[in-house]
Amino acid sequence: MSTRLAEGGIYLDRSEKRTFTFNGKRLSGFAGDTLASALLANDQMLVGRSFKYHRPRGIVASGAEEPNGLVNMGKFGTFEPNQRVTTTELFDGLQAESQNHWPSLEFDVGAINAKLSKFLPAGFYYKMFIHPRSFWKHVYEPFIRKSAGLGKAPKSRDEDTYEHFHMHVDVLVVGAGVAGLTSALVAGRAGLRVLLVEQTSRCGGRALIDGGQIDGLDVADWVGQTWGELNAMPNVTVRTRTMGAGVYDHGYVICYERPGDHQPDADGPRHRLWNVRAHQVITATGAIERPLSFAGNDIPGVMLASAVRDYLTGFGVSVGDRVVVATNNDDAYRTAITLHKAGLVVTVLDARPEGAGDAGLRADELGIPVHKGRGIAKVHGGKRVTSVDVCSQAGEGAVLESIECDAVAMSGGWSPVVHLWSHCGGKLNWDEEHAMFRPDPARPPLGANGEGFVVPAGAANGALLHHDVVHDAWAAACTTVDTLGAKVSGKAPEPSDESTKPMTPVWMMPQGAKRVLREKAWLDYQNDVKVSDVQLAAREGYESVEHTKRYTTLGMATDQGKLSNINGLATLSGELNKPIPEVGTTTFRPPYTPISLASITGVAKGDLFQPVRKTPMHDWHVAHDADFEPVGQWRRPYAFVRDGESVHDAVMREVKNTRQALGLLDASTLGKLIVKGPDAGKFLDMMYTNMMSTLPIGKCRYGLMCSENGFLSDDGVVARISEDEWLCHTTTGGADRIHAHMEDWLQCEWWDWKVYVTNVTEQYAQVAVVGPNARKVLEKLGGMDVSKETLPFMQWADGEIGGFKVRVYRISFSGELSYEIAVDAGHGLAFWEALLEAGEEFGVMPYGTECLHIMRAEKGFIMIGDETDGTIIPQDLNLNWALSKKKDDYLGKRAHEREFMADPNRWKLVGLETLDGSVIPDGAYAVAEGDNANGQRNTEGRVTSTYHSPTLDRGIAMGLVLHGPKRMGEILTFPKVDGGEVKAKIVDPVFYDKDGEKQNV
Amino acid sequence: MRYSGFRVIKEALTGHKGWTAAWREPDPQPAYDIVIVGGGGHGLATAYYLASKYNQHRVAVIEKGWIGGGNVGRNTTIIRSNYLLDGNEPFYEFSLKLWEGLEQDFNYNAMVSQRGILNLIHSDAQRDAFIRRGNAMILNGADAELLSTAQIKERYPFLNTENARFPIKGGLAQHRGGTVRHDAVAWGYARGADSRGVDIIQNCEVTGFRIENGKCLGVETTKGFIGAGKVGCAVAGSSSRLMSHAGMRLPMESHVLQAFVSEGLKPVLPGVITFGAGHFYVSQSDKGGLVFGGDIDGYNTYAQRGNLPVVEDVCEGGMAIFPMLGRARLLRMWGGIMDMSMDGSPIIDRTHIDGLYFNGGWCYGGFKATPASGYAFAHLLATDTPHDTATAYRFDRFERGLMIDEKGMGNQPNLH
Repeated sequence: MSTRLAEGGIYLDRSEKRTFTFNGKRLSGFAGDTLASALLANDQMLVGRSFKYHRPRGIVASGAEEPNGLVNMGKFGTFEPNQRVTTTELFDGLQAESQNHWPSLEFDVGAINAKLSKFLPAGFYYKMFIHPRSFWKHVYEPFIRKSAGLGKAPKSRDEDTYEHFHMHVDVLVVGAGVAGLTSALVAGRAGLRVLLVEQTSRCGGRALIDGGQIDGLDVADWVGQTWGELNAMPNVTVRTRTMGAGVYDHGYVICYERPGDHQPDADGPRHRLWNVRAHQVITATGAIERPLSFAGNDIPGVMLASAVRDYLTGFGVSVGDRVVVATNNDDAYRTAITLHKAGLVVTVLDARPEGAGDAGLRADELGIPVHKGRGIAKVHGGKRVTSVDVCSQAGEGAVLESIECDAVAMSGGWSPVVHLWSHCGGKLNWDEEHAMFRPDPARPPLGANGEGFVVPAGAANGALLHHDVVHDAWAAACTTVDTLGAKVSGKAPEPSDESTKPMTPVWMMPQGAKRVLREKAWLDYQNDVKVSDVQLAAREGYESVEHTKRYTTLGMATDQGKLSNINGLATLSGELNKPIPEVGTTTFRPPYTPISLASITGVAKGDLFQPVRKTPMHDWHVAHDADFEPVGQWRRPYAFVRDGESVHDAVMREVKNTRQALGLLDASTLGKLIVKGPDAGKFLDMMYTNMMSTLPIGKCRYGLMCSENGFLSDDGVVARISEDEWLCHTTTGGADRIHAHMEDWLQCEWWDWKVYVTNVTEQYAQVAVVGPNARKVLEKLGGMDVSKETLPFMQWADGEIGGFKVRVYRISFSGELSYEIAVDAGHGLAFWEALLEAGEEFGVMPYGTECLHIMRAEKGFIMIGDETDGTIIPQDLNLNWALSKKKDDYLGKRAHEREFMADPNRWKLVGLETLDGSVIPDGAYAVAEGDNANGQRNTEGRVTSTYHSPTLDRGIAMGLVLHGPKRMGEILTFPKVDGGEVKAKIVDPVFYDKDGEKQNV
Repeated sequence: MRYSGFRVIKEALTGHKGWTAAWREPDPQPAYDIVIVGGGGHGLATAYYLASKYNQHRVAVIEKGWIGGGNVGRNTTIIRSNYLLDGNEPFYEFSLKLWEGLEQDFNYNAMVSQRGILNLIHSDAQRDAFIRRGNAMILNGADAELLSTAQIKERYPFLNTENARFPIKGGLAQHRGGTVRHDAVAWGYARGADSRGVDIIQNCEVTGFRIENGKCLGVETTKGFIGAGKVGCAVAGSSSRLMSHAGMRLPMESHVLQAFVSEGLKPVLPGVITFGAGHFYVSQSDKGGLVFGGDIDGYNTYAQRGNLPVVEDVCEGGMAIFPMLGRARLLRMWGGIMDMSMDGSPIIDRTHIDGLYFNGGWCYGGFKATPASGYAFAHLLATDTPHDTATAYRFDRFERGLMIDEKGMGNQPNLH
């Protein structure tokens, strides 16, 4: 059984006990434990169920590569599925629950799938469930979907906080094992700005477990000393619990820090995403041990040899009293020796007929039985290992002897962690001798200067032995320092050495394993992909490694194939009879291990997701019960609803009041762009369809803007401020877009024109003072002359009103007497309140956007976004009068000359008046005679704006209609969604004050 | 070989020894009647319909890498026909109808899953626009339903309908929309085409066209010259590079679009949902991963990988409507190259070179179009006339002013 030994465990602080629960069971561990080591210490070998067959699953690894140990943790707002037990540090009160089983982990009904596994080979679902068609939706798919996923989806709003850090460094070193420490030390001593990140909670990596010496010091002491030196350097930043997650173009790296996961009650963010810009990235990310493919290699208790060693040396946990070590390399002998020294019974099966080097001699000295040329035919057991059948590796699996045991430690060699190297295009070479892919120094990921910016170091570069790691890291760091133009100081560290025998690739154990064994030999533990599945895929023509992956789901689980990919493609290569490098790897994609979506989002959630833009009067609107609607990033009052009113009532009241007395609109959101410079007039003549250069100072003109394609994109009133300055009003939603549009043309096309554009939308608060009493309230406040004579329609003037410094535009979007008055943003609220107070005797009321919409529709004014949708040209809206004939060119002019733009069959704008006074539904189409190819009615027009007009007390609308303006008085039919229809007469779009007398008073 | 449940059982009982390759690995013949360049979804579908509907059997599909390795193997798997404009809606509805019945047609389970698509509405103006779209869909024979906030709350209780930065004011649902297992689409078409005599030639890159006297005679490839009566190109993000061999400069740009998948979760999303106040769309795969995406990165590139700013943008959009999403973890992110056209709509047309045909400009909406695109391209190649549903997808629409600008974004490829 798996248990905690009385002593040992270099990571533990046995004085600090930690209690936790697993599936409700109260268990305990120590400070320094991971959830994995604590579970194993409590003999919890079974920790989950696999995805497809619901096979019992135990912990296989001790790090980020773990595919099986995934649990649900936390409750409600801190609930999180698929937490990897090997990278979860134990804390007091941790609550974990195993996943993907019903009713319980021990007894799972889904395990029936394992019994049926022969009927469920790779890709079975592509071949079944085809007939009858309706069964897929109603029978098969609901069943399949029910079994989807491992962990439960979180349901509650995330209660934790997250943040981003941004950092620019010369060198980012990922991984603080011996290679990373060496690299960081060299770069740090050279005076470069260094960030060193380590995904676990401690530095030193495998060296703390596996030992060795550097510069005559025990490696643990060297690590401590180096860590201390790095921490003391002002130019070096070190972070544990921080993983290099992804490498992007031009030295952009994201690192994923987990400062809160192990202390959920502590203050501060749970995760922190580091956005790092590094000139050079050193990946000292180590290597991952590979499993061996033998029958029963998925039974709980079968683990990586390095993991068995980690649990014993690091956490004082013995995973079994009797352990069989199966290996094809020298490294696993460390595990055997460690187990033996801890007093456990161990047998080594070395697939190599010649056995090991120095390590083999040590094993012999200790009397550890080593069987050379032997492998595992089959592991027996259900929810834990009971025995191992030994066979000759060279054979087909004839059982030579059986060994009773409770754990198997396997090692198929090591694979460098090349993920970060590969994310941004670094290429790999196949190293035949060590049977591994390693970075190809000739084909690194390239930075902005066309040079490589990632340098692998140590085991990540394929240097697997202690002395090679140190030498390689030194060399990598020296190259990096040199590249950055700094000087290396100090001399190379001197590591201890040992002699090893080469590993022998073992992709199937035994080599000639028959089908019954291959059907029990797992490659991908989580997704249940077996050797036989990959072989089937190859036979069926899914020969590309990408096809095999997608067909079998190999490597697509939450571990992304860290353990399975190389074994899988070696199996594929064997089946296809092609060398491994020709088969190649699937693409390495970020992130290295899954990272929380919340960490990527950072603080940009809730109120800080696209923060609301607020006018100076916004809080007043909130306090006065405005019903808001989003307009771009703004929220504008849709209407100000009074007690006892519906929103509709409020809108009707606001229209009537504005038409009859006095209304105030917060128009601050309207875009305000200043266009200034000697060429500003020429520029605006190109931007607008009508002439702006001739606009006299002091006057306003309504203008249209088209895209190059001739489509109407924005409109607004332009005021000439001075000889070389214009102020362009845009729509609320258009301010940023039009600003960018202007800059685009200025920067990319007319870069030599002397024009500046500045967006001053937020610098001014603007209030539309509208209605028959508009002039009265301004005169009451006193100041400048706003009479018809001094300030006629379509003029503007600077001055003072009620003590406020103002700019007053005599423009009207409502058809009423109207002044739009701009004040400095800081005075906006005070001015608004002054107008309300002074306006009280004139019946003042604020109004919202819906009132604005209705009033402009009553006047037949178009609205960008209602009458336009990016496919409408000014001619469609009868706005030909605003298309200058005097100008040689403007954006859209040539486009309008194209055949389809001049097509007389384009739908054109008309007014629509319902016969019964009702309102035509939004988005309705007018139907014409006959049916289309789909058996539906043909159409001859559509509604663009439709409202109940309180002024006329009837439904009014604007719409685009085939030959509309020539069909005045004709009746159109608009079907309603509920089956009814509305009939409307084609009329002039100006419903109110056709001669414009009211706005001119 | 015909696939069926019985076949799987029979094979299981005899050790799965009888399965044969889903498609052959033929060497190219010297010449074909029709050569399709590009073994992606559209190219394979074209070959399949040429063989199955237009009685063309001397057809080859030539693929630079492995079939299905482009956008058909890296998209977010959504199918729908909720388009607005006349040039588009009949075509996409035709496509959706082909999806419904595709698996029985090509005898491969591509898991066409019509669990519905919901476009969320956040403002009055958006509601008006979606009602119009719904009407346009219905008038073209598609299905559409406008949902109220209350209906959405009931059907999608996990959505953030209140206290949200952009409160949900309703939604436009297309219940026939959904998702399809994207790789299986390529494989199903490949297998169907292969069994009807089409040669699928992988790992064979087209390096040029042999054009004499204004007529295309075939393609130069890494496996030698292959003669062709007609050559049809369907290579999506590589269109500009491929057609430059014929001296053509296309009205499109190549951009990278990223896609994302979370770790597998137990079922939580019933269908496809799109956020209306940002660009975010999500569905849950049959394996349990949340598959999602957003905007393109915005710069011209042929590299199939993107960068972090858009990743952040997409995740922010996602968490705005699914606040619980923060505790799910991002498993994998990747990129595909989009053939972004000047008006956001595709081209299926003859070129000015006799015998050379082009299919591209799908922007990032190509997957759902796969069956109709293949069908219409096959129709064009076989008959030299455009298919009824694809008459608008012509090269000359830009000079004639007949743009099909669904989003009304203008001639800016990176905004479509």
